[in-house]
Amino acid sequence: MSPVIGVLAIQGDVREHAHCLEQLDVEVRLVKTAEQLKGIAGLVIPGGESTTMSILAVKNDLFGPLRELRTQVPMYGSCAGLIMLADSISDGRPDQETIGGLSITAKRNAFGRQVDSFEIDLHISAIGKPDYHAVFIRAPLVEAASSAVEVLAAIPADSSLTGADQIVAVRQDNLLATSFHPELTSDLRIHKYFVDMVRSV
Amino acid sequence: MATDATNTGVTGTTRVKRGMADMLKGGVIMDVVNVEQAKIAEDSGAIAVMALERVPADIRAQGGVARMSDPDMIDEIIQAVSIPVMAKARIGHFVEAQVIQSLGVDYIDESEVLTPADYINHIDKWAFTVPFVCGATNLGEALRRINEGAAMIRSKGEAGTGDVSNATGHIRTIKGEIRRLSSMTKDELYVAAKELQAPYDLVCEVAETGKLPVVLFTAGGIATPADAAMMMQLGADGVFVGSGIFKSGDPVKRANAIVQATLHFDNPDEIAKASRGLGEAMVGINVADIPVPHRLAERGW
Repeated sequence: MSPVIGVLAIQGDVREHAHCLEQLDVEVRLVKTAEQLKGIAGLVIPGGESTTMSILAVKNDLFGPLRELRTQVPMYGSCAGLIMLADSISDGRPDQETIGGLSITAKRNAFGRQVDSFEIDLHISAIGKPDYHAVFIRAPLVEAASSAVEVLAAIPADSSLTGADQIVAVRQDNLLATSFHPELTSDLRIHKYFVDMVRSV
Repeated sequence: MATDATNTGVTGTTRVKRGMADMLKGGVIMDVVNVEQAKIAEDSGAIAVMALERVPADIRAQGGVARMSDPDMIDEIIQAVSIPVMAKARIGHFVEAQVIQSLGVDYIDESEVLTPADYINHIDKWAFTVPFVCGATNLGEALRRINEGAAMIRSKGEAGTGDVSNATGHIRTIKGEIRRLSSMTKDELYVAAKELQAPYDLVCEVAETGKLPVVLFTAGGIATPADAAMMMQLGADGVFVGSGIFKSGDPVKRANAIVQATLHFDNPDEIAKASRGLGEAMVGINVADIPVPHRLAERGW
């Protein structure tokens, strides 16, 4: 039986994530309410605007059920989704709530504003060769990560503006997060990696 | 896979421009004229704000030439909120667009709400790193704008009226024309492109995929939660609300309500809940009462 994977449909590029997952032999459910979270085997938190997503999750009483679900099933967050899964945010609004679970500090809009959004090829050993073509849009960065966090990808120091490695993909147990948007390319390897996480639970 | 990337990263690509609009989907973009309004918008769950000096209702009432906003005012709003900030340039005014790009604005609206600066040409939007959204009343106009580099389209509606009928008409027209193209045989698309006055390649792409290659929002005259939800049910990816919020009796309540109704656009119970106790809506003008030369939607070519 195909597992049901939810895509949090508050806002953002929900459709693109759903489209990627549908090609991987899973059933996709768009989720806006606590009721719809019941029975899913995994959840994707899409790209979008983390401030908006957080405010609307508060208004619609979703944080409680999401935090509970996070301890039970795998979750994957891209871009805004990475921020939603971070335990702390270095420069969000002081009242910005997150689901948490990833022992990282996320820095919002770490690369600058929209004019600084970019594409780059990344080496990600967890998904193998060739390099992954990653799209960053007003993207966040993993500024700090605890030792419990596995770093899956970083922009190497010699290509990064800061001159240091910049962490852009992480995993901690059942939680996966990327600063970039695999749903905007046709390369399904990141989604497949997440679906494998769901299937192996 | 694209092969245009180098290991130092490439900015200003079509993918990051159109992708930015993808991130706004399902959201409400609100016109704001100062920091206080920008904060109200952000707190309500707006996905972005449009920084401008006068909302369309005031531009309409006060008349005169409407131009790009003061850079100081745009800067203040960029500093005040963490959501994306958009700003308007006049149609064809590529230097206003250069200025807005240099301010670090996230999206430029080449807007018919301002007084046009060029009655023949629009801005060459490929020349910019910042993405553009443009208005359209029909599919041909949308495709001409995309051909010039627009990374997002919004239906025009009739801004500053609180009368949603034109927005409805425009999104229905665009969606209907897309459906018509999808049903055509290949040899009919040549004439379709001629009739739409749109590039043949884009016409073929729309016919094949059944959708625009960019995100489609709707705008102009949206004043209530039900207006916003109707636009979403008609197939918009999101909505712009201009005068409708800050020209109403209780902007905070109305901003929240329109965001909630956009989120739950297919749930009448939630829309009903959002519609309660909002106070006065903006007064409104019937589009039919506005003489044709004063209709903003007619601007753009």
